Amino acid sequence: MANFYTDNKALQYHLRHPLMKQIVALRERDYTQSEKFDYAPLDFEDAMDSYERVLDIIGEVCGDIIAPNAKDVDLEGPHHENGRVRYAKGTEVNLKALNQAGLMGITLPRQYGGLNMSSIPYIMAADMVSRADAGFVNVWGLQDCAETINEFASEDQKQRFLPRTCKGETLAMDLTEPDAGSDLQSVMLKATQDEDGTWRLNGVKRFITNGDGDISLVLARSEEGTRDGRGLSMFIYDKRDGGMTVRRIEDKMGIHGSPTCELVFKNAKAELCGDRKLGLIKYVMSLMNGARLGIAAQSVGVSEAAYQEAIAYARSREQFGKAIINFPAVSEMIANIKAKLDASRTLLYECTRFVDMYKSLEAISRERTLAPEERKTMKAYNRLADAFTPLAKGMTSEFCNQNAYDCVQIHGGSGFMRDYACERIYRDARITSIYEGTTQLQVVAAIRHVTTGTYLNQIKEYAAREYSEAVAPMRAKLEAMTALYEETFAKVQAVEDPEYITFHARRLVEMLGHIIMGYLLIGDASNEPDLFMDSAKVYVNMGEAEVARHARFIGNFNPADQAAYMRQ
Amino acid sequence: MGLRIIVLAKQVPDTRNVGKDAMKEDGTINRAALPAIFNPEDLNALEQALQLKDAHPGSTITLLTMGLPRSAEMVRESLYRGGDDGVVLTDRPLGGADTLATSYSLAQAIRHMGEFDIIVGGRQAIDGDTAQVGPQIAEKLGLPQVTYAESIQVADGKATIKRRIERGFETVECPLPLVVTVNGSADACRPRNARLIQKYKYAVTPSEKAALPADRQALVDARPYLAIKEWGVKEIEADPEQIGMPGSPTKVKTIVNVAFQAKEARRIDAAADAELEGLVKELIADHIIG
Repeated sequence: MANFYTDNKALQYHLRHPLMKQIVALRERDYTQSEKFDYAPLDFEDAMDSYERVLDIIGEVCGDIIAPNAKDVDLEGPHHENGRVRYAKGTEVNLKALNQAGLMGITLPRQYGGLNMSSIPYIMAADMVSRADAGFVNVWGLQDCAETINEFASEDQKQRFLPRTCKGETLAMDLTEPDAGSDLQSVMLKATQDEDGTWRLNGVKRFITNGDGDISLVLARSEEGTRDGRGLSMFIYDKRDGGMTVRRIEDKMGIHGSPTCELVFKNAKAELCGDRKLGLIKYVMSLMNGARLGIAAQSVGVSEAAYQEAIAYARSREQFGKAIINFPAVSEMIANIKAKLDASRTLLYECTRFVDMYKSLEAISRERTLAPEERKTMKAYNRLADAFTPLAKGMTSEFCNQNAYDCVQIHGGSGFMRDYACERIYRDARITSIYEGTTQLQVVAAIRHVTTGTYLNQIKEYAAREYSEAVAPMRAKLEAMTALYEETFAKVQAVEDPEYITFHARRLVEMLGHIIMGYLLIGDASNEPDLFMDSAKVYVNMGEAEVARHARFIGNFNPADQAAYMRQ
Repeated sequence: MGLRIIVLAKQVPDTRNVGKDAMKEDGTINRAALPAIFNPEDLNALEQALQLKDAHPGSTITLLTMGLPRSAEMVRESLYRGGDDGVVLTDRPLGGADTLATSYSLAQAIRHMGEFDIIVGGRQAIDGDTAQVGPQIAEKLGLPQVTYAESIQVADGKATIKRRIERGFETVECPLPLVVTVNGSADACRPRNARLIQKYKYAVTPSEKAALPADRQALVDARPYLAIKEWGVKEIEADPEQIGMPGSPTKVKTIVNVAFQAKEARRIDAAADAELEGLVKELIADHIIG
């Protein structure tokens, strides 16, 4: 009888953000669909009511079905049978429940059977599903690939593939190969054309999440003789056509519910998605941004699970005659977990709103010409989404790992045993800072916005907002942190060496991350002090110390010492 | 061919997680302290109906519930999962009914609902735990009944039903139409559906509609599927002597809170047959067993 939506006031708070009015109006094209579709909203209030009701359903499925199955799914894992994947029993049950609840194709247009909801409820769903079972969220969350089909495939392809997604067929994105992990330019899987024009795929893909999904997007080399990203195209592979087998399922540390596959394509029939040669340059970037936001949601969900497990154990476990939560060392750990969780979540939904605004306007731009003002808005949000996505993925996944670590620590010796969920959470958390681009690669994606000032401009925008009197001391700290950052960044720039910026990149991005999350949290604390004031205080204290630490490292750093870090 | 299915369901106070304030001083249920929920085994019954509908495209599911006007929520819960329409039987004279009057009222309603192939309901409701209403309806309508069902298959005008019995299950076959009561061990009910909840969230009974603002009333008028039927004594042509309090021979004199506690312990010699026999006889005499 658990409900992961109704028990989570933070989610309900983020759903009520003022920008939602604009986001939903754009997504609903000013509420013009209710004549055509009996489940389309009549107006903003109606749409929000629907969002809440749908989130309530997801919360219930997560609390009553997915979470109780998580332990067995972790133990059983998927099965490799005759070149195919058979999911763990609990995974099948979860998928069936989500399909019956109509929760595939949440963001897809209604004309293809989707719910046409904005990214916010979709990401909230991912947040809740991850809390319930971090492995399962991958199988379900790959519906996000359909967004890429929706954006770039032909109308005929959309009509054939999207309704199937909405009815519950699962997807996969086949990018990685044995020799092409972070470096996707090296993808070798070959796409060739028969005389009649039919495309055929030949080669191997590795580490493919849900690789045996019904519909796959495959990155392949369509231009013979090329060696870089410009020779790659995106293909839609339909499992019904055959030609692909699963060679093995990886034996992983965590997220056991998510089958990670090695795939062999032998003359597999496929269709080109979008234009040739734009596979990596354009479509993978779109896929990746969606996937990274998804991993940020997964990280927040896992952090939430870690927080829930930690607090429940600390309240029930007694030592020295009292519950261990009453010991300052334990309660401080829990406060830190909560602060990092609230900070992660506020960053996640800020980023999602940026993505939402940009994506909706972009979709509208395919239907009609945007007004100059709209175009300007779209570009601004596009830039913010580009900047905030790697920041959110990087920061929330690192926090999720820290939170899982502390959660085990709070459980003491019991946390090291398999008896408690924290052990699974700890293993599941580990992948979040690795896949869909490691934290180090998120920093690479973010650094452009450090040097061009996207983050700092946004911080200035936050600084100019109105906040409650109660958060004034934190605001003062954030202003000081910003000044310290600017001073530190100036020192890095003064060296006039791009390599030197790269060297300090992670430190700079983290400093900005702390400041941004600090501002977002004091905004939340101004609106809902009961929910967020403590976290704001704890987080800004922590962020202040972290920013000072990085500033000191950079400020005292002798550029000549760089070599000592490079020689190994 | 599609089946016409009637699902019987009751809105009940959630007695599963009762607190100290669950009962009033006078021994009656404090309904205000307990949230009103879909009776759990009726949800199992609804799931059976939905599975029949999945297996027999073109089937329709009509939910029938008797209770306060707010029981319309029960119909909406069914619509959100794939039900087609519903009837709320609500009228002041129907109140205070025991199982006899309840089954009479529901049977009268069913007689006014047209042709049907199968009636499914939960085994029992968690507020009364009688398990009598389903079987009584079958008797009143002169239909065969199968109780404790775990799954229902229909083919060639016959239903094949797996029913839970002590230490196992049995499979029975029964001609249509019939009444089936479903056990809590049957499949759990599926979740509400995201599209259907958006489609049907404004479904209302006439009395609920009257309380809506004009624009929402217009919406209900424009979308006939949003109308939930609301029937009273008149619509079901009930005999006033057989409904509500007059129709209920069961009179509750008092309700007491029973707190189980161990009062005394006795040791008996397990090897001595006479002592064991004495214990069994004593337990039978006290109506504890037998």
